[in-house]
Amino acid sequence: MTKPKQRKLYYALALMGVALLGALCSGGYAQQPASTEIKIDNFSFTPATISVTAGTTITWINRDDIPHKVMGSNDEFKSKVLDTDEKFSYTFSKAGTYSYFCSLHPKMTGQIVVR
Amino acid sequence: MEQKRENPKQADSYDDGVDRRGFLKCMAWAGTGLVWTLSGGIPVSHAFGKNLQPKSTDLTFVQISDSHMGFNKPANTDVIGTLETAIDQINGLATPPEFLLHTGDISHLSRPEEFDNVDQILKSAKAKEVFYVPGEHDLLDEGNGKSYLARYGRNTKGAGWYSFDKKGVHFIGLVNVVNLKAGGLGTLGGEQLKWMEDDVRNLKHSTPVVVFAHIPLWSIYPEWGWGTDDSAQALGYLNKFGSVTVLNGHIHQIMQKIEGSVTFHTARSTAFPQPEPGKAPSPGPMKVPADQLKSVLGITDVNYVKGKHTLAVVDSTLG
Repeated sequence: MTKPKQRKLYYALALMGVALLGALCSGGYAQQPASTEIKIDNFSFTPATISVTAGTTITWINRDDIPHKVMGSNDEFKSKVLDTDEKFSYTFSKAGTYSYFCSLHPKMTGQIVVR
Repeated sequence: MEQKRENPKQADSYDDGVDRRGFLKCMAWAGTGLVWTLSGGIPVSHAFGKNLQPKSTDLTFVQISDSHMGFNKPANTDVIGTLETAIDQINGLATPPEFLLHTGDISHLSRPEEFDNVDQILKSAKAKEVFYVPGEHDLLDEGNGKSYLARYGRNTKGAGWYSFDKKGVHFIGLVNVVNLKAGGLGTLGGEQLKWMEDDVRNLKHSTPVVVFAHIPLWSIYPEWGWGTDDSAQALGYLNKFGSVTVLNGHIHQIMQKIEGSVTFHTARSTAFPQPEPGKAPSPGPMKVPADQLKSVLGITDVNYVKGKHTLAVVDSTLG
């Protein structure tokens, strides 16, 4: 016999499983959204300049032993502080050229060209 | 390291046997285990282990920097232990300091428990008064520095700048780690510069001035961001003074320069070393063999003797 509390937890987990499956299935049928990664390493963004199509999600991942913070030069997007191995994602829906930098180490700069 | 203008007030102290070439030679050794005393404008190096305290001083204080509480990467997995060692060392100084200056990066990620740990460790210092300026690692809370100001910002202006006087020495704590611009260096900003200009306007020219801030107020290595864009303007307000000492952190190693009546000095970290400018792909934490770590961490004590124009700055390692 399971206790009512435990039973509730099982129901919740089962629901989450269904939801996850649904998400995966719908993703499979719909147009796969573009995504790409920018690595932060040795106090630099790689690639420093990247060209993507509108709707692309970019994920920054910090591989340094020092935290970094990604910030659009015109404040369009802003990450929280990213400690080692932490990530930040942002979807670029509008065409344009977006310059960004690390607000802790402003010598670190990058650019995203959205077509 | 150039001596741009001779300061007539210091001319009498140039004849103590250390010439410019000697100074340059010593500079090359600075990172490898020498202690510096700046006395009467002339840097003198000493081997470790000697009593470096001046016989009598009118004011002694200690600078610590870059404790990076919360850092736990291979370059130092025990930043609590090394900060405790630093405080033990300060408590053992022959001339006890009247207060401590912390030149920023108190914490690694601005988390409350990181600040709590530092506060707790500093309670064991015999010197009860601690003056802070923030490093960029101290303003990472959601409020962009609100928690720093709530903790350390009483009696400060703006992002946390302030001044105070001790035994006739005027201290100015500056903040150059907020509103950093893409591609730029440290920034003081117009509001702070205006405040500083007013702050020193009515001081006597003979007042010794100590300026402290996190990022160096002189251009050490702009490629790594080791400088402050508008520092020349700030230093311009100090031209009239016969003795100016500029104390910074951020670069986790000792660098010094004397320019006229201004002595620039950066302190070691109590947490981890960083590479010499350009000697590594990036300024990230430098891993050294465990038994050498304490030889690249350290504290800085500063002594002021009335009538001497230049404050004596003495660095010592944690081991």
